[in-house]
Amino acid sequence: MNIYQEELLDHYENPSNYGTLPNPDISHEEDNPLCGDRIRMDLLVEDDIIKEVRFCGHGCTISLAAASMLTEKIEGKTLTEVKNLSRDDIMDMIGIPLGPVRVKCALLALKVLKAGAYGIKGWPGEENE
Amino acid sequence: MHTSDFRPLDVQAIREDFPIFAETPPLAFLDSAASTQTPRPVVEAMDAYYDTYRSNIHRGIYRISEEATDQYEKARQKVARLINAPRTDEIIFTRNTTEAINLVAYSWGSVNIQQGDEIVLTDLEHHSNLVPWQMLAQRTGASLRYLEITDQGLLDFTQLQDVFTEKTKLVAITHVSNVLGTINPIQSVVDAAHAAGAKVIVDAAQSVPHFHVDVQQLDCDFLAFSGHKMCGPTGVGVLYGKMELLEEMPPFLGGGSMIRSVERDISTYADVPAKFEAGTPSIAEAIGLGAAVDYITQAGLASMHVHEQELTKYAHERLQEIEGITIYGPAPHQKAGVISFNIEGIHPHDVAGILDTHNVAIRAGHHCAQPLMKKLDVIATARASFYLYNTHEDIDRLYDGLQKAQTLMTRRTK
Repeated sequence: MNIYQEELLDHYENPSNYGTLPNPDISHEEDNPLCGDRIRMDLLVEDDIIKEVRFCGHGCTISLAAASMLTEKIEGKTLTEVKNLSRDDIMDMIGIPLGPVRVKCALLALKVLKAGAYGIKGWPGEENE
Repeated sequence: MHTSDFRPLDVQAIREDFPIFAETPPLAFLDSAASTQTPRPVVEAMDAYYDTYRSNIHRGIYRISEEATDQYEKARQKVARLINAPRTDEIIFTRNTTEAINLVAYSWGSVNIQQGDEIVLTDLEHHSNLVPWQMLAQRTGASLRYLEITDQGLLDFTQLQDVFTEKTKLVAITHVSNVLGTINPIQSVVDAAHAAGAKVIVDAAQSVPHFHVDVQQLDCDFLAFSGHKMCGPTGVGVLYGKMELLEEMPPFLGGGSMIRSVERDISTYADVPAKFEAGTPSIAEAIGLGAAVDYITQAGLASMHVHEQELTKYAHERLQEIEGITIYGPAPHQKAGVISFNIEGIHPHDVAGILDTHNVAIRAGHHCAQPLMKKLDVIATARASFYLYNTHEDIDRLYDGLQKAQTLMTRRTK
Protein backbone atom coordinates (compact mmCIF):
# COMPACT_ATOMS: atom_id res chain seq x y z
CA MET A 1 0.00 0.00 0.00
CA ASN A 2 1.24 3.47 -0.80
CA ILE A 3 2.28 5.38 2.31
CA TYR A 4 1.34 8.64 0.63
CA GLN A 5 -2.37 8.19 0.97
CA GLU A 6 -5.07 10.71 1.58
CA GLU A 7 -5.51 10.48 5.35
CA LEU A 8 -1.82 10.91 6.12
CA LEU A 9 -1.47 13.78 3.69
CA ASP A 10 -4.49 15.50 5.25
CA HIS A 11 -2.89 15.34 8.67
CA TYR A 12 0.39 16.58 7.21
CA GLU A 13 -1.19 19.51 5.43
CA ASN A 14 -3.76 20.42 8.07
CA PRO A 15 -2.39 19.06 11.33
CA SER A 16 -4.60 18.92 14.40
CA ASN A 17 -3.45 20.67 17.56
CA TYR A 18 -0.49 22.34 15.91
CA GLY A 19 1.21 25.00 18.01
CA THR A 20 2.31 25.55 21.61
CA LEU A 21 0.59 26.10 24.97
CA PRO A 22 1.35 29.23 27.06
CA ASN A 23 1.71 27.46 30.44
CA PRO A 24 2.05 23.74 29.80
CA ASP A 25 2.38 21.28 32.68
CA ILE A 26 4.59 19.15 30.50
CA SER A 27 6.68 20.38 27.59
CA HIS A 28 9.29 18.30 25.89
CA GLU A 29 11.05 18.12 22.53
CA GLU A 30 13.39 15.65 20.91
CA ASP A 31 14.77 14.86 17.51
CA ASN A 32 15.33 11.79 15.43
CA PRO A 33 19.11 11.64 15.05
CA LEU A 34 18.72 9.67 11.82
CA CYS A 35 17.13 12.50 9.89
CA GLY A 36 17.03 15.58 12.14
CA ASP A 37 13.24 15.67 12.43
CA ARG A 38 12.24 17.51 15.59
CA ILE A 39 8.96 17.50 17.53
CA ARG A 40 7.82 19.35 20.63
CA MET A 41 4.78 18.35 22.68
CA ASP A 42 3.02 20.61 25.20
CA LEU A 43 0.43 19.17 27.62
CA LEU A 44 -2.04 20.59 30.11
CA VAL A 45 -2.82 17.93 32.70
CA GLU A 46 -5.57 17.97 35.34
CA ASP A 47 -6.05 15.05 37.72
CA ASP A 48 -3.89 12.87 35.53
CA ILE A 49 -6.12 13.64 32.52
CA ILE A 50 -4.75 15.36 29.42
CA LYS A 51 -6.92 18.44 29.03
CA GLU A 52 -5.09 20.02 26.15
CA VAL A 53 -2.24 19.10 23.86
CA ARG A 54 -0.26 20.91 21.16
CA PHE A 55 2.64 19.83 19.04
CA CYS A 56 5.03 21.64 16.76
CA GLY A 57 8.24 20.92 14.89
CA HIS A 58 9.54 19.97 11.51
CA GLY A 59 9.73 16.66 9.77
CA CYS A 60 8.50 14.43 7.00
CA THR A 61 4.90 13.50 6.26
CA ILE A 62 5.02 10.42 8.44
CA SER A 63 6.46 12.06 11.55
CA LEU A 64 4.16 15.09 11.41
CA ALA A 65 1.03 13.15 10.46
CA ALA A 66 1.71 10.65 13.25
CA ALA A 67 2.13 13.52 15.73
CA SER A 68 -1.14 15.08 14.58
CA MET A 69 -3.03 11.77 14.87
CA LEU A 70 -1.47 11.08 18.26
CA THR A 71 -2.64 14.41 19.71
CA GLU A 72 -6.22 13.57 18.65
CA LYS A 73 -5.88 10.15 20.25
CA ILE A 74 -4.59 11.29 23.66
CA GLU A 75 -6.77 14.31 24.39
CA GLY A 76 -8.97 13.37 27.34
CA LYS A 77 -6.96 10.25 28.10
CA THR A 78 -5.03 9.67 31.32
CA LEU A 79 -1.25 9.77 31.51
CA THR A 80 -1.33 6.10 32.47
CA GLU A 81 -3.11 5.34 29.22
CA VAL A 82 -0.40 7.28 27.40
CA LYS A 83 2.30 5.29 29.16
CA ASN A 84 0.68 2.10 27.92
CA LEU A 85 0.61 3.21 24.28
CA SER A 86 2.89 0.91 22.32
CA ARG A 87 4.64 0.79 19.00
CA ASP A 88 1.78 -1.39 17.72
CA ASP A 89 -0.81 1.21 18.74
CA ILE A 90 0.97 3.78 16.59
CA MET A 91 1.27 1.37 13.69
CA ASP A 92 -2.48 0.61 13.96
CA MET A 93 -3.18 4.35 14.05
CA ILE A 94 -1.10 4.93 10.88
CA GLY A 95 -2.82 1.96 9.29
CA ILE A 96 -0.24 1.17 6.63
CA PRO A 97 2.95 -0.88 6.73
CA LEU A 98 6.20 1.07 7.09
CA GLY A 99 9.83 0.10 6.59
CA PRO A 100 12.20 0.17 9.57
CA VAL A 101 13.55 3.68 8.86
CA ARG A 102 10.12 5.23 8.49
CA VAL A 103 8.86 3.43 11.62
CA LYS A 104 11.18 5.73 13.60
CA CYS A 105 9.53 8.72 11.91
CA ALA A 106 6.12 7.41 12.97
CA LEU A 107 7.26 6.79 16.55
CA LEU A 108 8.97 10.14 17.13
CA ALA A 109 5.88 11.86 18.57
CA LEU A 110 5.19 9.01 21.01
CA LYS A 111 8.85 9.02 22.02
CA VAL A 112 8.64 12.74 22.81
CA LEU A 113 5.41 12.23 24.73
CA LYS A 114 6.77 9.38 26.87
CA ALA A 115 10.05 11.16 27.50
CA GLY A 116 8.19 14.30 28.58
CA ALA A 117 5.66 12.52 30.79
CA TYR A 118 7.81 9.74 32.22
CA GLY A 119 11.43 10.36 31.25
CA ILE A 120 11.37 7.17 29.18
CA LYS A 121 14.23 7.66 26.75
CA GLY A 122 14.18 4.70 24.36
CA TRP A 123 12.21 4.33 21.18
CA PRO A 124 8.74 2.91 21.92
CA GLY A 125 8.97 -0.84 21.56
CA GLU A 126 12.67 -0.84 22.45
CA GLU A 127 12.56 0.76 25.90
CA ASN A 128 13.32 -1.11 29.11
CA GLU A 129 10.42 -0.23 31.31
CA MET B 1 42.47 3.61 -17.91
CA HIS B 2 43.96 6.71 -19.52
CA THR B 3 42.15 9.01 -21.89
CA SER B 4 43.93 7.40 -24.82
CA ASP B 5 41.88 4.25 -24.07
CA PHE B 6 38.65 6.17 -24.50
CA ARG B 7 35.75 4.39 -26.12
CA PRO B 8 32.06 5.01 -25.46
CA LEU B 9 30.57 2.85 -22.74
CA ASP B 10 28.23 0.06 -23.92
CA VAL B 11 25.75 0.65 -21.11
CA GLN B 12 23.19 -1.91 -22.31
CA ALA B 13 25.84 -4.66 -22.36
CA ILE B 14 27.03 -3.58 -18.91
CA ARG B 15 23.49 -3.70 -17.50
CA GLU B 16 23.16 -7.32 -18.58
CA ASP B 17 25.93 -8.17 -16.11
CA PHE B 18 23.73 -6.93 -13.25
CA PRO B 19 20.77 -9.27 -12.55
CA ILE B 20 19.08 -6.62 -10.39
CA PHE B 21 18.29 -4.62 -13.56
CA ALA B 22 16.55 -7.57 -15.25
CA GLU B 23 13.08 -6.81 -13.81
CA THR B 24 10.53 -4.76 -15.74
CA PRO B 25 10.32 -1.87 -15.26
CA PRO B 26 13.90 -1.90 -14.10
CA LEU B 27 15.01 -0.44 -10.81
CA ALA B 28 16.32 3.09 -11.34
CA PHE B 29 19.19 2.77 -8.88
CA LEU B 30 20.56 6.23 -8.13
CA ASP B 31 22.39 5.57 -4.88
CA SER B 32 25.77 4.22 -5.98
CA ALA B 33 27.60 6.83 -3.88
CA ALA B 34 26.36 4.83 -0.89
CA SER B 35 27.01 1.37 -2.35
CA THR B 36 27.05 0.07 -5.91
CA GLN B 37 25.40 -2.97 -7.46
CA THR B 38 27.47 -6.10 -8.08
CA PRO B 39 28.11 -7.53 -11.56
CA ARG B 40 28.07 -11.30 -12.15
CA PRO B 41 31.86 -11.64 -12.71
CA VAL B 42 32.48 -10.34 -9.17
CA VAL B 43 29.98 -12.75 -7.61
CA GLU B 44 31.36 -15.59 -9.75
CA ALA B 45 34.94 -14.90 -8.59
CA MET B 46 33.79 -15.18 -4.97
CA ASP B 47 31.70 -18.28 -5.74
CA ALA B 48 34.76 -19.92 -7.31
CA TYR B 49 36.66 -19.39 -4.06
CA TYR B 50 33.84 -20.82 -1.94
CA ASP B 51 33.07 -23.70 -4.32
CA THR B 52 36.53 -24.82 -5.39
CA TYR B 53 39.38 -23.56 -3.20
CA ARG B 54 37.90 -22.33 0.09
CA SER B 55 40.68 -22.35 2.70
CA ASN B 56 42.64 -19.98 4.88
CA ILE B 57 45.58 -18.11 3.36
CA HIS B 58 49.30 -17.77 4.09
CA ARG B 59 49.65 -20.89 6.24
CA GLY B 60 48.24 -23.97 4.59
CA ILE B 61 50.72 -26.46 3.12
CA TYR B 62 48.25 -27.80 0.63
CA ARG B 63 47.12 -26.98 -2.84
CA ILE B 64 43.86 -25.08 -2.30
CA SER B 65 45.38 -22.92 0.43
CA GLU B 66 48.17 -21.99 -1.93
CA GLU B 67 45.56 -21.18 -4.56
CA ALA B 68 43.64 -18.98 -2.09
CA THR B 69 46.84 -17.17 -1.09
CA ASP B 70 47.73 -16.67 -4.72
CA GLN B 71 44.31 -15.21 -5.59
CA TYR B 72 44.31 -12.95 -2.50
CA GLU B 73 47.75 -11.59 -3.40
CA LYS B 74 46.76 -11.20 -7.06
CA ALA B 75 43.91 -8.98 -5.89
CA ARG B 76 46.49 -6.85 -4.07
CA GLN B 77 48.49 -6.53 -7.31
CA LYS B 78 45.36 -5.49 -9.24
CA VAL B 79 44.57 -2.80 -6.67
CA ALA B 80 48.19 -1.56 -6.74
CA ARG B 81 48.06 -1.27 -10.54
CA LEU B 82 44.68 0.46 -10.43
CA ILE B 83 46.01 3.38 -8.36
CA ASN B 84 49.57 3.13 -9.74
CA ALA B 85 51.14 2.38 -6.36
CA PRO B 86 54.92 2.03 -6.75
CA ARG B 87 54.91 -1.21 -4.74
CA THR B 88 52.27 -3.91 -4.28
CA ASP B 89 53.14 -4.21 -0.57
CA GLU B 90 51.99 -0.62 -0.05
CA ILE B 91 48.42 -1.93 -0.40
CA ILE B 92 46.80 -2.95 2.90
CA PHE B 93 43.42 -4.66 2.88
CA THR B 94 41.02 -3.32 5.51
CA ARG B 95 37.30 -3.71 6.11
CA ASN B 96 36.41 -0.40 4.42
CA THR B 97 37.49 3.25 4.06
CA THR B 98 36.55 3.98 7.66
CA GLU B 99 38.81 1.24 9.01
CA ALA B 100 41.66 2.34 6.74
CA ILE B 101 41.44 5.90 8.09
CA ASN B 102 41.19 4.65 11.68
CA LEU B 103 44.29 2.54 11.07
CA VAL B 104 46.25 5.69 10.20
CA ALA B 105 44.67 7.70 13.05
CA TYR B 106 45.61 5.07 15.66
CA SER B 107 48.92 3.84 14.29
CA TRP B 108 50.54 6.83 12.57
CA GLY B 109 48.68 9.25 14.83
CA SER B 110 49.90 7.64 18.05
CA VAL B 111 53.56 8.37 17.26
CA ASN B 112 53.28 11.50 15.12
CA ILE B 113 50.59 13.67 16.70
CA GLN B 114 51.21 15.45 19.98
CA GLN B 115 49.63 18.13 22.12
CA GLY B 116 49.55 21.45 20.28
CA ASP B 117 49.76 19.88 16.81
CA GLU B 118 47.13 20.76 14.24
CA ILE B 119 45.19 18.51 11.89
CA VAL B 120 43.58 20.23 8.91
CA LEU B 121 40.23 18.94 7.60
CA THR B 122 37.74 20.44 5.17
CA ASP B 123 34.05 21.35 5.33
CA LEU B 124 33.39 18.52 2.89
CA GLU B 125 34.47 15.56 5.03
CA HIS B 126 32.31 12.49 5.55
CA HIS B 127 32.12 11.45 9.22
CA SER B 128 34.59 8.66 8.38
CA ASN B 129 37.33 11.24 7.70
CA LEU B 130 36.32 13.50 10.57
CA VAL B 131 35.41 11.50 13.69
CA PRO B 132 38.70 9.47 13.75
CA TRP B 133 40.61 12.80 13.78
CA GLN B 134 38.38 14.26 16.50
CA MET B 135 39.10 11.15 18.56
CA LEU B 136 42.85 11.45 17.88
CA ALA B 137 42.76 15.13 18.84
CA GLN B 138 40.96 14.25 22.08
CA ARG B 139 43.54 11.55 22.90
CA THR B 140 46.56 13.74 22.19
CA GLY B 141 45.52 17.34 22.84
CA ALA B 142 45.95 18.24 19.18
CA SER B 143 43.44 20.57 17.56
CA LEU B 144 41.44 20.52 14.33
CA ARG B 145 41.30 23.29 11.74
CA TYR B 146 39.03 23.46 8.74
CA LEU B 147 39.52 24.55 5.17
CA GLU B 148 36.16 26.07 4.31
CA ILE B 149 34.15 26.00 1.12
CA THR B 150 32.87 28.86 -1.00
CA ASP B 151 29.19 29.42 -1.79
CA GLN B 152 29.76 27.34 -4.91
CA GLY B 153 30.85 24.37 -2.79
CA LEU B 154 34.50 24.57 -3.84
CA LEU B 155 37.41 24.69 -1.40
CA ASP B 156 38.40 28.27 -0.64
CA PHE B 157 42.10 28.33 -1.44
CA THR B 158 42.52 31.93 -0.34
CA GLN B 159 42.57 30.60 3.25
CA LEU B 160 45.33 28.11 2.64
CA GLN B 161 48.10 30.32 4.00
CA ASP B 162 46.11 31.00 7.19
CA VAL B 163 45.06 27.43 7.83
CA PHE B 164 48.45 25.78 7.29
CA THR B 165 50.89 26.70 10.07
CA GLU B 166 54.14 25.28 11.41
CA LYS B 167 51.92 23.26 13.78
CA THR B 168 50.13 21.49 10.92
CA LYS B 169 51.09 17.81 10.98
CA LEU B 170 48.38 16.24 8.86
CA VAL B 171 45.81 17.17 6.23
CA ALA B 172 42.83 14.82 5.94
CA ILE B 173 40.86 15.60 2.81
CA THR B 174 38.25 13.95 0.66
CA HIS B 175 39.01 13.61 -3.04
CA VAL B 176 35.34 13.89 -4.02
CA SER B 177 32.55 15.12 -1.73
CA ASN B 178 29.88 12.47 -1.22
CA VAL B 179 27.28 15.22 -0.82
CA LEU B 180 28.17 17.95 -3.32
CA GLY B 181 30.27 15.95 -5.77
CA THR B 182 33.03 18.57 -5.55
CA ILE B 183 36.31 17.24 -6.96
CA ASN B 184 39.10 18.64 -4.81
CA PRO B 185 42.47 19.57 -6.40
CA ILE B 186 44.42 17.10 -4.29
CA GLN B 187 47.76 17.79 -5.96
CA SER B 188 47.71 21.47 -4.97
CA VAL B 189 46.73 20.61 -1.40
CA VAL B 190 49.50 17.99 -1.20
CA ASP B 191 52.08 20.48 -2.50
CA ALA B 192 51.03 23.11 0.05
CA ALA B 193 50.88 20.54 2.87
CA HIS B 194 54.28 19.08 2.07
CA ALA B 195 55.75 22.58 1.88
CA ALA B 196 54.42 23.12 5.41
CA GLY B 197 55.94 19.80 6.51
CA ALA B 198 52.59 17.99 6.88
CA LYS B 199 51.45 14.59 5.64
CA VAL B 200 48.25 14.11 3.63
CA ILE B 201 45.63 11.36 3.81
CA VAL B 202 43.07 11.28 1.00
CA ASP B 203 39.58 9.82 1.42
CA ALA B 204 39.21 8.38 -2.08
CA ALA B 205 35.97 6.46 -1.46
CA GLN B 206 34.17 8.56 -4.10
CA SER B 207 37.04 8.97 -6.57
CA VAL B 208 38.83 5.65 -7.14
CA PRO B 209 35.56 3.97 -8.25
CA HIS B 210 34.87 6.69 -10.84
CA PHE B 211 38.04 7.96 -12.49
CA HIS B 212 41.71 7.19 -12.76
CA VAL B 213 43.52 8.01 -9.52
CA ASP B 214 47.32 7.88 -9.56
CA VAL B 215 48.92 8.00 -6.11
CA GLN B 216 52.34 8.83 -7.54
CA GLN B 217 50.94 11.79 -9.43
CA LEU B 218 48.98 13.01 -6.39
CA ASP B 219 52.02 12.32 -4.17
CA CYS B 220 49.65 11.80 -1.21
CA ASP B 221 51.03 9.95 1.82
CA PHE B 222 47.95 7.80 2.48
CA LEU B 223 44.84 7.07 0.44
CA ALA B 224 41.78 5.05 1.46
CA PHE B 225 38.80 3.59 -0.40
CA SER B 226 36.12 0.87 -0.20
CA GLY B 227 35.38 -2.13 -2.39
CA HIS B 228 31.60 -1.85 -2.14
CA LYS B 229 31.48 1.52 -3.90
CA MET B 230 33.25 0.15 -7.00
CA CYS B 231 31.25 -2.96 -7.95
CA GLY B 232 33.00 -5.02 -5.27
CA PRO B 233 31.53 -6.71 -2.20
CA THR B 234 31.08 -5.16 1.24
CA GLY B 235 33.67 -6.01 3.88
CA VAL B 236 36.84 -5.09 2.03
CA GLY B 237 38.58 -1.75 1.72
CA VAL B 238 42.05 -0.49 0.94
CA LEU B 239 44.68 1.64 2.59
CA TYR B 240 47.57 2.78 0.42
CA GLY B 241 50.54 4.29 2.26
CA LYS B 242 54.07 5.29 1.32
CA MET B 243 56.36 2.45 2.37
CA GLU B 244 58.75 4.63 4.38
CA LEU B 245 55.79 5.72 6.54
CA LEU B 246 54.19 2.28 6.84
CA GLU B 247 57.51 0.74 7.93
CA GLU B 248 57.88 3.21 10.78
CA MET B 249 54.31 2.84 12.01
CA PRO B 250 53.40 0.57 14.94
CA PRO B 251 50.80 -2.16 14.31
CA PHE B 252 47.10 -1.27 14.57
CA LEU B 253 45.45 -4.54 15.62
CA GLY B 254 47.45 -7.36 17.20
CA GLY B 255 46.92 -11.05 16.52
CA GLY B 256 47.66 -13.81 14.07
CA SER B 257 49.36 -13.15 10.72
CA MET B 258 50.85 -9.81 11.79
CA ILE B 259 53.76 -11.32 13.74
CA ARG B 260 57.18 -12.69 12.94
CA SER B 261 57.69 -14.38 16.30
CA VAL B 262 55.84 -14.38 19.61
CA GLU B 263 57.29 -14.96 23.04
CA ARG B 264 55.50 -14.74 26.38
CA ASP B 265 56.21 -11.07 26.94
CA ILE B 266 57.15 -9.68 23.57
CA SER B 267 56.59 -10.17 19.85
CA THR B 268 58.31 -9.04 16.70
CA TYR B 269 56.11 -7.99 13.86
CA ALA B 270 55.79 -9.06 10.27
CA ASP B 271 56.71 -6.80 7.38
CA VAL B 272 54.20 -4.47 5.71
CA PRO B 273 51.47 -5.20 4.65
CA ALA B 274 51.06 -8.28 6.91
CA LYS B 275 51.89 -6.10 9.95
CA PHE B 276 48.56 -4.33 9.39
CA GLU B 277 46.43 -7.35 8.47
CA ALA B 278 45.89 -9.12 11.80
CA GLY B 279 43.62 -12.15 11.80
CA THR B 280 41.99 -13.96 8.91
CA PRO B 281 41.07 -11.24 6.42
CA SER B 282 38.02 -11.02 4.16
CA ILE B 283 39.48 -13.47 1.64
CA ALA B 284 36.50 -13.94 -0.66
CA GLU B 285 35.82 -10.21 -0.56
CA ALA B 286 39.41 -9.31 -1.47
CA ILE B 287 39.20 -11.73 -4.40
CA GLY B 288 35.86 -10.14 -5.33
CA LEU B 289 37.48 -6.71 -5.18
CA GLY B 290 40.19 -7.95 -7.54
CA ALA B 291 37.44 -9.01 -9.96
CA ALA B 292 35.75 -5.62 -9.53
CA VAL B 293 39.02 -3.88 -10.43
CA ASP B 294 39.16 -6.04 -13.58
CA TYR B 295 35.53 -5.18 -14.34
CA ILE B 296 35.82 -1.40 -14.13
CA THR B 297 39.22 -1.45 -15.84
CA GLN B 298 37.74 -3.39 -18.76
CA ALA B 299 34.79 -1.00 -18.95
CA GLY B 300 37.37 1.79 -18.94
CA LEU B 301 37.58 4.37 -16.17
CA ALA B 302 37.95 7.21 -18.69
CA SER B 303 34.81 6.03 -20.50
CA MET B 304 32.96 5.68 -17.20
CA HIS B 305 33.95 9.19 -16.20
CA VAL B 306 32.71 10.66 -19.48
CA HIS B 307 29.44 8.71 -19.16
CA GLU B 308 28.88 9.87 -15.58
CA GLN B 309 29.68 13.49 -16.49
CA GLU B 310 27.16 13.33 -19.31
CA LEU B 311 24.50 11.93 -16.95
CA THR B 312 25.30 14.60 -14.37
CA LYS B 313 24.95 17.36 -16.94
CA TYR B 314 21.67 15.90 -18.19
CA ALA B 315 20.33 15.50 -14.64
CA HIS B 316 21.18 19.11 -13.84
CA GLU B 317 19.30 20.27 -16.94
CA ARG B 318 16.21 18.21 -16.17
CA LEU B 319 16.08 18.85 -12.43
CA GLN B 320 16.45 22.60 -12.91
CA GLU B 321 13.06 22.52 -14.65
CA ILE B 322 11.42 21.58 -11.34
CA GLU B 323 9.81 24.45 -9.52
CA GLY B 324 11.25 25.24 -6.11
CA ILE B 325 14.30 23.01 -6.47
CA THR B 326 17.65 23.92 -4.94
CA ILE B 327 20.68 22.01 -6.22
CA TYR B 328 23.67 22.25 -3.89
CA GLY B 329 27.29 22.40 -4.90
CA PRO B 330 29.33 23.27 -7.97
CA ALA B 331 28.36 23.31 -11.64
CA PRO B 332 28.25 19.91 -13.42
CA HIS B 333 31.67 20.27 -15.07
CA GLN B 334 33.32 20.86 -11.68
CA LYS B 335 31.98 17.79 -9.97
CA ALA B 336 31.49 14.04 -9.99
CA GLY B 337 28.20 12.18 -10.54
CA VAL B 338 26.42 13.30 -7.38
CA ILE B 339 23.47 15.69 -7.13
CA SER B 340 22.17 16.86 -3.76
CA PHE B 341 18.96 18.83 -3.83
CA ASN B 342 15.87 19.90 -1.96
CA ILE B 343 12.42 20.80 -3.23
CA GLU B 344 10.75 23.61 -1.37
CA GLY B 345 8.06 22.40 0.99
CA ILE B 346 8.85 18.69 0.68
CA HIS B 347 10.96 16.90 3.27
CA PRO B 348 13.77 14.89 1.61
CA HIS B 349 12.48 11.73 3.32
CA ASP B 350 9.18 12.23 1.53
CA VAL B 351 10.97 12.86 -1.77
CA ALA B 352 12.81 9.54 -1.39
CA GLY B 353 9.71 7.77 -0.08
CA ILE B 354 7.55 8.84 -3.02
CA LEU B 355 10.30 8.02 -5.54
CA ASP B 356 10.54 4.56 -3.98
CA THR B 357 6.89 3.94 -4.85
CA HIS B 358 7.97 4.51 -8.48
CA ASN B 359 10.92 2.10 -8.19
CA VAL B 360 13.47 4.93 -8.13
CA ALA B 361 16.10 4.59 -5.37
CA ILE B 362 17.79 7.73 -4.09
CA ARG B 363 19.20 8.66 -0.70
CA ALA B 364 17.80 11.20 1.76
CA GLY B 365 19.35 12.37 4.99
CA HIS B 366 22.53 13.97 6.25
CA HIS B 367 24.78 11.62 4.23
CA CYS B 368 27.16 11.21 7.20
CA ALA B 369 28.20 14.84 6.77
CA GLN B 370 26.38 16.73 9.52
CA PRO B 371 28.85 19.67 9.69
CA LEU B 372 28.35 20.20 5.95
CA MET B 373 24.55 20.09 6.37
CA LYS B 374 24.91 22.82 8.99
CA LYS B 375 27.07 24.85 6.63
CA LEU B 376 24.46 24.51 3.87
CA ASP B 377 21.84 25.44 6.48
CA VAL B 378 19.72 22.38 5.81
CA ILE B 379 18.66 19.48 8.01
CA ALA B 380 18.97 16.97 5.20
CA THR B 381 19.07 16.72 1.42
CA ALA B 382 17.92 14.28 -1.21
CA ARG B 383 20.80 12.86 -3.25
CA ALA B 384 20.97 11.08 -6.58
CA SER B 385 24.28 9.55 -7.69
CA PHE B 386 25.33 7.87 -10.90
CA TYR B 387 27.51 4.97 -12.00
CA LEU B 388 28.44 3.13 -15.16
CA TYR B 389 25.12 1.24 -15.36
CA ASN B 390 22.86 4.30 -15.15
CA THR B 391 20.99 5.61 -18.18
CA HIS B 392 19.23 8.76 -19.32
CA GLU B 393 15.97 6.86 -18.73
CA ASP B 394 16.88 6.53 -15.03
CA ILE B 395 17.13 10.31 -14.85
CA ASP B 396 13.86 10.76 -16.76
CA ARG B 397 12.18 8.51 -14.21
CA LEU B 398 13.75 10.55 -11.40
CA TYR B 399 12.34 13.68 -13.02
CA ASP B 400 8.87 12.13 -13.47
CA GLY B 401 8.89 10.89 -9.87
CA LEU B 402 9.82 14.33 -8.59
CA GLN B 403 6.99 15.89 -10.59
CA LYS B 404 4.58 13.39 -9.05
CA ALA B 405 5.96 14.11 -5.57
CA GLN B 406 5.36 17.77 -6.11
CA THR B 407 1.81 17.26 -7.32
CA LEU B 408 1.07 15.00 -4.37
CA MET B 409 2.60 17.16 -1.69
CA THR B 410 1.41 20.56 -2.85
CA ARG B 411 -2.19 19.69 -3.73
CA ARG B 412 -3.56 22.57 -1.73
CA THR B 413 -1.92 25.67 -0.43
CA LYS B 414 -1.59 25.47 3.32
